[in-house]
Amino acid sequence: MEIQNIIFVILSALTLMCALGVVFSKNPIHSGLLLVLTMFSISGHYLLLHAQFVAIVNIIVYAGAVMVLLLFVLMLLNLNKDNEPQKSIMVKIIGTLSAGGIMISMVAVSKIFLVQKSMQGLPVAEDFGYVKSLGALLFTDYILPFELASILFLAAIVGAVFLGTRSVENK
Amino acid sequence: MDLIGYENYFWLSTALFSIGILGILIRRNMIILLMCIEIMLNAANLMFIAFSYKWGNMDGHIFVFFSMLVAAAEAAVGLALMVLIYRKFKTVDISYLDKLKF
Repeated sequence: MEIQNIIFVILSALTLMCALGVVFSKNPIHSGLLLVLTMFSISGHYLLLHAQFVAIVNIIVYAGAVMVLLLFVLMLLNLNKDNEPQKSIMVKIIGTLSAGGIMISMVAVSKIFLVQKSMQGLPVAEDFGYVKSLGALLFTDYILPFELASILFLAAIVGAVFLGTRSVENK
Repeated sequence: MDLIGYENYFWLSTALFSIGILGILIRRNMIILLMCIEIMLNAANLMFIAFSYKWGNMDGHIFVFFSMLVAAAEAAVGLALMVLIYRKFKTVDISYLDKLKF
């Protein structure tokens, strides 16, 4: 067994257990911290797949920015206590069965349509996943979506500031 | 590296996506729902990266990059909305927030 397989198994188990912890943890703060761990293990998967730049961006954007925002809001709203009313056991059973059914159907589709081969596709270039080659692709072929993303961010900033500063009382 | 079949990545990301759906179905806290959406987005990103490596084509990395940008924008606006909802209704429980117009 190669070392990459062992790393893959460990990282997969960590990812799935942390994701389950996010769903089933009673305390929202614990959910947020477990989600950070999930992001880190997914970044480990990206490193295994020669996607160094995406791995670093994943850590910076998700574990750095989005999760800090989520935890700030959790603490600002004082939600870090276990006062969430639980759904009934019937709804939980039905939800689990639906999610399991979706997973089984997706696996069945993969069994039908994916050819069972190991990961030997086309040969990977020497600079695969480097910042240089990704930047060259981003600023030539994908320049229009890149510029449109800046407009999206501007809209998000304006929307967030507008919503955050609007007072509720004057309505 | 060649020993890890890409169908293992498919199953891993399918399991992650199903965990996200499970969380959306059984939890009532809106912030937990946002976290589950992030889990589902990351499952799709993992799939993109795995197939990008399989075909030796870096376009999947670009897609993942844009998906992260959209997720960040979505989290910012969603959390601003959530703070507003909490200020007005003093709850983030989705079972009480069932009207489109108040």
